[in-house]
Amino acid sequence: MSNTIKITIDGVAVETTRGKTIFEAARENGIFIPTLCNVDNVKPKGSCRICSVYISGRLMTACTTQVEDGMEIENDTAKLNDMRKAIVELLFVEGNHFCPGCERSGSCELQALGYRFLMMVPRFSFLFQTRDIEATNPKLMKDNNRCIMCKRCIRGIKDEDGKSFFAFARRGHKVVINLDRKQAAKLTDDLARQAMEICPVGALILKGKGFDVPIGRRKYDTKPIGSDVEAKGGNC
Amino acid sequence: MSKPIVATTSLAGCFGCHMSLLDIDERILKLVELVEFNKSPVNDIKTFTKQCDVGIIEGGCCNSENIHVLKDFRKNCKILISLGECAIMGGLPAMRNNNAPVSECLEEAYLNCPSVQANDERIIPNDDELPMILDKVYPCHEIVKIDYFLPGCAPRADLIWEALVALIEGREMDLPYEVVKFD
Ligand code: SF4
Ligand code: SF4
Ligand code: FES
Repeated sequence: MSNTIKITIDGVAVETTRGKTIFEAARENGIFIPTLCNVDNVKPKGSCRICSVYISGRLMTACTTQVEDGMEIENDTAKLNDMRKAIVELLFVEGNHFCPGCERSGSCELQALGYRFLMMVPRFSFLFQTRDIEATNPKLMKDNNRCIMCKRCIRGIKDEDGKSFFAFARRGHKVVINLDRKQAAKLTDDLARQAMEICPVGALILKGKGFDVPIGRRKYDTKPIGSDVEAKGGNC
Repeated sequence: MSKPIVATTSLAGCFGCHMSLLDIDERILKLVELVEFNKSPVNDIKTFTKQCDVGIIEGGCCNSENIHVLKDFRKNCKILISLGECAIMGGLPAMRNNNAPVSECLEEAYLNCPSVQANDERIIPNDDELPMILDKVYPCHEIVKIDYFLPGCAPRADLIWEALVALIEGREMDLPYEVVKFD
């Protein structure tokens, strides 16, 4: 059985290899599917649903679903993009996102998706929930106002024994990300930086980072999120 | 056709959005040709003298006076635009919505803050003439209907210009990626 298979994305026929996820197959063909909880080199979780695509009329998450020969995928449609925009809007009203005062502004994936989907105002009411900032760790500040519960930090930042540094604490709508006390002692500078970088938003910030990149030179100031994927076209 | 009439105000804002409006540079001359200004801090007209077409709101609502002015704008303008993060979602003033009761804010501002130097009687201003501080800071569209939203802190001058011209010309906005930002 050949490993090369054919699928279509929005009617365009593309080739890919068995075992890949729809997200990966799209990316290698220069097609952008938005993601938030998914991050390279970490097992996909499929929790944020922003990568949802239609396959034969069913909603599936592109980051967890593997390609199959002959699959017909709907991705860049008005309906799907409005659903994705609604997810971005939900995350904005659920947390307290004061972008003008956020160290991650300009290079935040959530904000960048807001720009890409031209979110002028969320369609839902702001909840203004009570959330705190945890700044006792000497290296890393944790701002629960901005956390979108994607678990990228839990899944991606581990010690040499595979033990996570971060974990969920409390339950339901009160759930917060915790930096494990005992593990925190083992958090090297390098791991702390990786934690900040793996977080898609400004919920994990290295102490002293501040506003280190001037406006105009930040990641998404001039180029929309996904434009790098689209610019490369096929086979990157 | 007579010129569209524009009114503007700053509620719980810092006047940054108005500064950004002035930041359209020499296009301001064109703007004066395109529209007529009524109540606005730009020309210092303090009360509405006629029905307006467009009302531009900077800032959210943090006190009773903001609510009063906003409702007055809704009554006197056909179209209302929330300009900037504070009008759209409360902005930095709304940081007090996160578990900071009004009493605590006032105590911090008038009694406990290190820069408080001349308040030996420990007075928190409470004159009847002063607007009441609201329990929290409200986005404008939670108080009245808002027709359009222009984000940014401050919104880019090019965004304000394009939005106004598109509105006057009755066409869709044509926005380059760089002009829609939340900071
Ligand atoms: S985390 Fe992102 S969306 Fe949230 S305040 Fe910071 S820049 Fe804005
Ligand atoms: S801290 Fe960041 S990486 Fe961790 S769950 Fe929250 S948003 Fe995701
Ligand atoms: S990126 Fe696929 S579900 Fe979050």
